[in-house]
Amino acid sequence: MSDPRELYQQVILEHNKKPRNFGKLESCTHHAEGHNPLCGDELSLTLVVANGLVQDIKFTGSGCAIDVASASLMTGAVKGKPVAEAEAMAEQFRGMVRGELEPGTQTPLLGKLTLFSGVKDLPSRVKCAVLPWATLHAALKGEAEASTE
Amino acid sequence: MSTTPGADLQPLDVAVIRKDFSLLSRVLHGKPVIYLDSAVSGQMPIQVIERMAKYEREEHTNVHRGVSTLSQEATDFYEAAREKVRKFIGAGSIKEIVWTRGTTEAINLVAQTYGRVHVKEGDEILLSAMEHHANIVPWQMLAQEKGATIKVIPMTDAGELILEALDELLTERTKIVGVVHVSNVLGTVNPVKEIIARAHVKGIPVLVDGAQAVPHLQVNVQDLDADFYVFSGHKLSGPTGIGVLYGKLAHLEAMPPWHGGGNMIRSVSWERTTYMAAPGKFEAGTPPIAAAIGLGVAIDYITALSLDRIAAYEHELLLYATERLSRIPSLRILGNANEKASVISFVVEGIHPHDLGSLLDGDGVVVRAGHHCAQPVMTRFGVPATTRASFAYFNTREEVDILVSAVEKAIELFR
Repeated sequence: MSDPRELYQQVILEHNKKPRNFGKLESCTHHAEGHNPLCGDELSLTLVVANGLVQDIKFTGSGCAIDVASASLMTGAVKGKPVAEAEAMAEQFRGMVRGELEPGTQTPLLGKLTLFSGVKDLPSRVKCAVLPWATLHAALKGEAEASTE
Repeated sequence: MSTTPGADLQPLDVAVIRKDFSLLSRVLHGKPVIYLDSAVSGQMPIQVIERMAKYEREEHTNVHRGVSTLSQEATDFYEAAREKVRKFIGAGSIKEIVWTRGTTEAINLVAQTYGRVHVKEGDEILLSAMEHHANIVPWQMLAQEKGATIKVIPMTDAGELILEALDELLTERTKIVGVVHVSNVLGTVNPVKEIIARAHVKGIPVLVDGAQAVPHLQVNVQDLDADFYVFSGHKLSGPTGIGVLYGKLAHLEAMPPWHGGGNMIRSVSWERTTYMAAPGKFEAGTPPIAAAIGLGVAIDYITALSLDRIAAYEHELLLYATERLSRIPSLRILGNANEKASVISFVVEGIHPHDLGSLLDGDGVVVRAGHHCAQPVMTRFGVPATTRASFAYFNTREEVDILVSAVEKAIELFR
């Protein structure tokens, strides 16, 4: 297994310290609460979806650096994107951190989110990275809650 | 903290002891393993592992079965281990020593037998604010079934139980008290003898969760006057899958059996079954024989080292680690009880315990990060989780130094 330290790169540390899109959208069209019972991580997502686009997205919550940085980078990555593309990104991200992608699979949608690929070597932390995406998926499906249990 | 107990004793020869633990020479992420997680599970010395292997290799059969030499031999080893447990905790009779799978099963057994008989609608079960989930959930399940309520002995910010609250909390509705001897999160050694005495004044029995106590301090159940005392083998340098319920004989005799099956019966017909006397009636099915024998050897090992010497050595390590960690400005230790076992839970400002746990792991330092199966304790202190280092008799000051520098490195990274 790789050194856990490799995961804690500057971008992740920086997003943990200063998360982007942190807050709550008062007039949202979609929302969901994410919960990771193992760690106690909690995440609340609010979105404005219009014309098939994620017009705006914000999150609040508390959790570890992997969770917070993942939420921060996710909100930045999906904002302004078509809903279908956001869902595809969620799919690719989950595959990547769970180590389920075939070797050599390209993940063009993910861009700098590939920073999290090292999580697959830390099974105990996979749920932390996935929680924001699972919550996004729930919100877009119209479900109120997501759990990585 | 109080003065070092047993300071006049010959110190432990830790360099020699460490040779009995192969795991301590493992390498993780290119670093030597620093095992500071004995509160999660203690390491077994090679003597325990080899004895269990010998049983499985050369002596394996079932106990209390038939007339074969092998079965008699296995029964003798297995029952000899029970006698070792009796002596270790100062019980009066081996009839009072019931084998269980562990602490959790032992508490469930008491809740489902003693508890179901005695707890009725409107009754109260009194627990302490620093219980492990194992000493909460079985009682909640019982309370829900019976329409009883759970009351809680509060604690101070230092992590000490507020005994002044006891008189009000022990009522004529209180049917049993459950209290942890040593907190797995805070390290607090609770004054269980006093709590038991005060409950007994009102005729209320007390169950003591001793899982984190027996590895660190000499326990005498008769001196404590505990009604029930429970612990696990694997925290005591023994294997998983074996634990102990001590119960006063009068209680065990009056309690109905729990699990039914072979081994716990005297005779079975289609009309009726009669049960063995305690402890047999609580031991249905084939037990973990090798594990029981292994726990007996673990007790021999601990006894040979002497719990007084272990306590003195661990106390010195605890003081050293507390002093070193306290010098880190952004670090806060949870639990500063006057009487404390070698467990340190802490939080570091700006670093989630899970991140810290992962980073320490990268430095070979094995600690527990999480809620420690004690979520009400986390809530009490307003934290989602903590990082916990727990020290055993094989740990060293050098390992404490490595922990401290690994924490400092993590803080530097997160700065």
